[in-house]
Amino acid sequence: MSQMTSSAAELPLIEIKEAYLDFAGNRVLNNINLTLNPNEIVTVIGPNGAGKSSLVKLAVGLQTPSQGSVKRKTKLRIGYMPQKLIIDQQLPLNTQRFLSLCGNKAALENAVARLDIHCLLKTPIQKLSGGEMQRVLLARALMGKPELLVLDEPAQGVDVIGQAELYHLIGQLRKELGCGVLMVSHDLHIVMAQTDQVLCLNKHICCHGAPESVSKHPEYLQLFGKKAAADIAIYTHNHDHQHDMHGDVIGDSHHNCQHDHT
Amino acid sequence: MPDFLIYAIIVALAIAIVAGPLGAFVVWQRLSYFGDTLAHGALLGVAVGVFAKINITFAVVACCLLLAALLFILQKKTGLGDDAMLGLLSHSALAAGLVSISLMGTSVDLFAFLFGDLLTTTLGDLLLITGVCLCVLTLIIVFWRKLLLCVIDANLAKVEGIPVALMRALLLFAMALVVAFAMRVVGVLLITALLVIPATASRRLSQSPEAMAIGAAIIGCLATGFGLIASYIYNTPAGPSIALSATGLFALTLLIKQK
Repeated sequence: MSQMTSSAAELPLIEIKEAYLDFAGNRVLNNINLTLNPNEIVTVIGPNGAGKSSLVKLAVGLQTPSQGSVKRKTKLRIGYMPQKLIIDQQLPLNTQRFLSLCGNKAALENAVARLDIHCLLKTPIQKLSGGEMQRVLLARALMGKPELLVLDEPAQGVDVIGQAELYHLIGQLRKELGCGVLMVSHDLHIVMAQTDQVLCLNKHICCHGAPESVSKHPEYLQLFGKKAAADIAIYTHNHDHQHDMHGDVIGDSHHNCQHDHT
Repeated sequence: MPDFLIYAIIVALAIAIVAGPLGAFVVWQRLSYFGDTLAHGALLGVAVGVFAKINITFAVVACCLLLAALLFILQKKTGLGDDAMLGLLSHSALAAGLVSISLMGTSVDLFAFLFGDLLTTTLGDLLLITGVCLCVLTLIIVFWRKLLLCVIDANLAKVEGIPVALMRALLLFAMALVVAFAMRVVGVLLITALLVIPATASRRLSQSPEAMAIGAAIIGCLATGFGLIASYIYNTPAGPSIALSATGLFALTLLIKQK
């Protein structure tokens, strides 16, 4: 993959070279090459069963490749947000205790304020809704001051407004922390404003590059259809303003966006 | 009060205290079948000890540790989490223990191993068992945060750099030790009861993992106390009396709305 000029001097966070992954004779990932640099957001998109989660697991070291190599920067601090977290009902655990296991009080308060989850602190972790859980998991990932954020379908169970906000927040966090981000999504149109590199996966890498170029790539169009590509044109200009968690427009927009967002 | 009774009470309480937090992990990680398998394996240890004419305590501990190691490896290799496989192993271990002990002839008091034999506790036993309980408790306290993170989600813990396999091994190792020594208190058949029932009762009363673990230790001690008194008054076997007291306490918690 192409290097970002700003980070060319720094070592990549993750470097996957010619990696293959087989499960019981089935090839799940086929010849994957991926370089993720600090301060870079890479989004993996692909249809169901394309091996997106497997690629994430390979990147963070939960899977070892059947062939090829996965190199991580030594002692890489990873903030990982899994697709789902199912916690045994027999474990009495509220959000506050859950978060406090991962860092000190200052880090906790900072993350709680950043994600606006103060009202969830006393809630048992098993009772959080999908969207609430995603925010709590993101807060947890932040507390470790990660060099790399890995998010497996972060917008699952979040409504469209919440999704845009979540992705915007991820983009902001990248700037604040200077961390790399690897995320999985199946909505290219929602993530593309926040993404540097898109990797279109269907067991092998169909195409990769900047979001706009991927959205016009024949293999992408074949996988997702022309409708998806048309959606992108609609959505790309839609990220000039931001919503907070409650859906209100935030005033600090970096462009003068005058159109009505509703 | 005669010395042997005091020894019995102290030993039973020591086991109950360490069984509290350990039992909480057994409940959280669904390890009760592991506990059964280890306990039943302890019986096999008795048979080995008698056959090889070595110290029975030593043989039981060695056998439990070996079995724990085997289970750990099997689980890693084959993802042996399923009910049927553990049920098979657990009951095969029990059957093998029973058959090999009966093959030894009548020199072994099977009843004492199956249901506990608290009243034969010597001062040496007391020192050994409380020492082991103290070590296990210390291990659990030292690694509490890491163990808890593994319970919450093994994958998440692994990515964050927690040595998940090591924590798992530590938990199984602690369980093997406690099971091997708890055999004397409640017997092979009821060891899992001492782990699972107080923890389950405590779950209903607690809002944090720490509260649940400490609560389980307290409930275990209460059950031990009531069980020993009942055993003394009604001349019932100590192990089942303790287990039944724990069940009684659990039933009481049902009256309280779960937190």
